[in-house]
Amino acid sequence: MLNYLATFSGGIVFRFFRYLGEITLLLGQTLYLIFVPPFKGSRVLIQAKRVGPGSFLISALVAFFIGMIMALQMAYQMTKLSAEIYIPNVIAVSLTRELAPVLTALIVAGRIGAGITAELGSMTVTEQVEALQAFAVNPVKYLVVPRFLALVLMLPVLTIFADLVGLVGGFIICVFKLSISPPLYFTMVIESLELKDIFTGLFKTIFFGAIIALVGCHQGLNVKSGAEGVGLSTTTSVVVSFILIIMADCLFTTVFYFIFQV
Amino acid sequence: MIEISRLCKTFGSNIVLNNLNLTIPEGETKVVIGRSGTGKSVLLKNIIGILKPDSGSVKIGGVEVTSLSEREYNKIRMKMGMVFQGGALFDSMNVAENVAFVLNEFMSLDEKTVRERVAKYLAMVGLQKIEHMMPSQLSGGMKKRVSLARVLCMEPEIIFYDEPTTGVDPITADAINNLIVELSHKLKVTSIVVTHDMSSAYKVADSIAMLYHGQVIAEGTPDAIRHTTHPVVKQFIHGEAQGPITEDENLIFGHIK
Repeated sequence: MLNYLATFSGGIVFRFFRYLGEITLLLGQTLYLIFVPPFKGSRVLIQAKRVGPGSFLISALVAFFIGMIMALQMAYQMTKLSAEIYIPNVIAVSLTRELAPVLTALIVAGRIGAGITAELGSMTVTEQVEALQAFAVNPVKYLVVPRFLALVLMLPVLTIFADLVGLVGGFIICVFKLSISPPLYFTMVIESLELKDIFTGLFKTIFFGAIIALVGCHQGLNVKSGAEGVGLSTTTSVVVSFILIIMADCLFTTVFYFIFQV
Repeated sequence: MIEISRLCKTFGSNIVLNNLNLTIPEGETKVVIGRSGTGKSVLLKNIIGILKPDSGSVKIGGVEVTSLSEREYNKIRMKMGMVFQGGALFDSMNVAENVAFVLNEFMSLDEKTVRERVAKYLAMVGLQKIEHMMPSQLSGGMKKRVSLARVLCMEPEIIFYDEPTTGVDPITADAINNLIVELSHKLKVTSIVVTHDMSSAYKVADSIAMLYHGQVIAEGTPDAIRHTTHPVVKQFIHGEAQGPITEDENLIFGHIK
């Protein structure tokens, strides 16, 4: 039994690290090919439109409700301590440092990452990726680089909007339910927030964007069989992206806290 | 000229190409026949560099391509084009964008020139006024012809056809065969056609090679192949269920004969 467990868990660990290795190789190729001509900005723009404006509404909606939920949950505890006044501070800091970056990344992973895998997967099974190679076009340069750049550039932008909309959600509860005046809400938010709070949140999203793009593209380009394979890869892409985003978030939070003391 | 010698390719324990030797002289149309799964498409993909052979040599125009870097290989690839089995048209682009793919990717031509070239090559494959259509709106035969127009846009010296008549009706199949013959005569391109459609093979081939167990077991003109006494080739070209191929497979798979 112990032997079986050791073999089983060893297999999982081996597969995990092999997968990380493959993703790292794809990252290396992508970073190299960003600087290799031809440079086609229009391709990045097309992908950026899908990621940014395409995901804005849903990420804003989620951030808005998260802001409201946080205010209500905080109110439940803070009123007991007569500390409702600090609710805007908690909302502002937790939204900008943690909730907006992570939730936006998870939404984009579900929406865009899955889309990337499905698109590239169906291209793989219908020989379109091989056709690119046959036309002397590097599939990583043509397919991965624009998606990688679009996600790395647009995820921080979406997060900024999520920060703002989340604060509006909190504002509505604080002002209309907890009777905190609007000027006081904004004063508390501005006083509690430091630039480093916003930047640590945004810094993480660059890596989250890279994770979504690389996992989505890797899964899509490695689809093994037809429609079933595309479906399986798409599911795996979302699950792996979620896990890696949370793991990366934990890593960054630890590094920021213990090393940079922020 | 394409010279392939002692080419080997395996997938896991499955030996697909086993010391394969084949020569395609310049300007000739070589048809490679064989049962499904015998490695015909794998052979094409090894020549064009989509797959890397395990061992052996592939020389294109005297250049050994198996040891080339990707960048060097791309220079050779610019002289070659491949018509894929399902067309492999880029489904996010319309017909015009598909045909103009290479022009847009590698040449800086003005829009008018690109439009003219697209219309010219579409007309060459017998298609007109479908530039705005998406691949999903095309029939199987049209997809293959658009795919051929896309290849012709490169003005290639070598064209690979992967099952060009599979899945299309007999009339469209004959039209595609005529196109292959015409292109070979008019443009003097070297062609390799992979197929198991014997009427297509007889029509387009200058010579035919039969692939079996990863090797070329017979090679000759269409007439020589038609009148062969080789039992394996005979069974295949006549499409008989009983014969050495099926007996051999029974042995391989361990069934009782």
